[in-house]
Amino acid sequence: MVQARENPVYPYRRSPDQDGEQPAHHPVIVVGAGPIGLSAAIDLALHDVDNVLLDEDDTVSIGSRAICFAKRTLEIFDRLGCGQRMVDKGVTWNLGRVFFRENEVYRFDLLPEAGHQRPAFINLQQYFVEEYLVDRARALEGTEVRWKNRVTAVEPGESAVHLTVETPDGPYAMTCDYLIVADGARSPVRHMLGFKSEGQVFQDRFLIADVVMKADFPPERWFWFDPPFHEGQSTLLHRQSENVWRIDFQLGWDADPEEEKRPERVIPRIRAMLGEDAEFELEWVSVYTFQCRRMESFRPLPRVFFAGDAAHQVSPFGARGANSGIQDTDNLVWKLAAVLGGRAPESLLASYDAERIPAADENILNSTRSTDFISPKGEVSRSFRDATLMLAERYPFARRLVNSGRLSVPSVLSGSPLNTPDRDPFGGRMVPGAPCADAPVRLAGGPDWLLNHLGGEFTGVYFLGAEPGMPKADGEALDALERGGIPIRWVFVGQGGDEGGQVLVDAEGLAHERYDARAGTFYLIRPDQHVAARWRGVERDAVVEALTRATGGVAVASTPRRAGDGNATSRHRAASRPAG
Amino acid sequence: METQHLDIELRLDRPDDFYEALVDMHRGLDEAQSRLVNAKLILLLSNQVGDLAVLREAMAVAREDVLGPDSETELPPQP
Repeated sequence: MVQARENPVYPYRRSPDQDGEQPAHHPVIVVGAGPIGLSAAIDLALHDVDNVLLDEDDTVSIGSRAICFAKRTLEIFDRLGCGQRMVDKGVTWNLGRVFFRENEVYRFDLLPEAGHQRPAFINLQQYFVEEYLVDRARALEGTEVRWKNRVTAVEPGESAVHLTVETPDGPYAMTCDYLIVADGARSPVRHMLGFKSEGQVFQDRFLIADVVMKADFPPERWFWFDPPFHEGQSTLLHRQSENVWRIDFQLGWDADPEEEKRPERVIPRIRAMLGEDAEFELEWVSVYTFQCRRMESFRPLPRVFFAGDAAHQVSPFGARGANSGIQDTDNLVWKLAAVLGGRAPESLLASYDAERIPAADENILNSTRSTDFISPKGEVSRSFRDATLMLAERYPFARRLVNSGRLSVPSVLSGSPLNTPDRDPFGGRMVPGAPCADAPVRLAGGPDWLLNHLGGEFTGVYFLGAEPGMPKADGEALDALERGGIPIRWVFVGQGGDEGGQVLVDAEGLAHERYDARAGTFYLIRPDQHVAARWRGVERDAVVEALTRATGGVAVASTPRRAGDGNATSRHRAASRPAG
Repeated sequence: METQHLDIELRLDRPDDFYEALVDMHRGLDEAQSRLVNAKLILLLSNQVGDLAVLREAMAVAREDVLGPDSETELPPQP
């Protein structure tokens, strides 16, 4: 096998924590430097929460593993400061095509509308994603990745979590206020603590072959049911960065995983697919089975949080693994930061389960349904599957039933206790709990994107409509909020031409359209870019109440705080208000 | 079972012609082919009906009595 690239090696370094007389204390310790743990560490550092990330290895992922990174993940990476590098390196795609036997039965466009900064998906090998996240983490103060640091014991105490960590220099101890466990599907820490992840095992095996070749297939997701080159089974083709292609062959439950991994077995399968004269080299081969399962609680102890595959697992069809894990940390980190910073009560942390368990269930449901379609159990299920595919070729209704994977979209946290239900009439998709839609805007005469201005802390988005300025009552309410030191960053979206340097100009009208906004519409956006509340105008008490609810407090109007109290972070962007 | 959505009164305008056509649809097919044709027919008719409440009730009625008189006839709970 060829190695298309050499993985970076991150040398073990002795930490001063290993020489202390007492165990060193950190606000947060993260276990597992995969995409989820790295995202958590970066996000914590951006929220000024000092943290340590422990990993038992000293390099990035061996083999491509997760390859499909969804639009929402890229938007989170943008907020973390490394989205553009991922997109530049990755293969952008929006189109999926489905074949049955010899024929294409239908195609789907995952991003059918324009006006979004990020595509539906990029394909990028997990080793690149991890490398770029490591680089980003290293550029930040406040986080430190410790390689060759393996957690061997966890003792959750009432006031801190105690860890024992094994290193090449021997063991040492540390404590933390909160532990984030992102150590993967097998999760050693979950086992140490005696928690289970339970669900359904699927009786099927799949072969992943990553091949290096020059080929001119377009950057699309191609899925075959029962193709002539792999009869009776399915095959999936994805293009990755640097001429690496992912081919995923369904093998059936009876296949011998060790036998199927041998190049003498793999190469003929690929030749049957690509043709006898195809030139390629194998980079990575793996045979896998999968499960759909989750832990009963992702916060099984008050100070311990599980994220990513350690907490929940799905089949790979739908790209809902890594993508949902990154949404976990996106959801968790601002809450930990707010509680550690004294800006929110500890009760806010209960919303991690309240929001991420329904999201995990949604992913498990979609993934299970896809798997039932791809690997039908029994003859009758297979008949329905084949009947659907046969009809789909000619009859449009059946295309919507074909399920080769329902691809990852972010969960709308519609049942969240942090949401303030609409009081005013609104249409559209930006309901409380929804992840914010992007839209093209202009800032100071140059092109920009709405999402670049949302999140990191609570953001108040005020839509000005076509007229410059705002009604007097709204202006007074905003003044009162600002005077009260309410920790909200203000963003103004206008429709007009030149509104001065601070206003985002919605030149194409898409921001107003996607948020069902008119002059005076006001959205309160969470630090993770989900909608907390929205109104048709600004009322000081209503905003304070919604902010209190969104930070886990009892939703009653509070007395104004003094200016400067509880300001979220040092990275606030000052926004000045247009004269009105 | 009692139905709320599914019409259990006769709606077919020519019942005997329909039944004959149903049996004829399978002429010359082996079991696997017949199963496939049945599956296609169910999908086509389900799309014609459209309403999931009606379809779920029809599925429950279809299962009724198949597993014996004392067995559970309800479909498993839906997520």
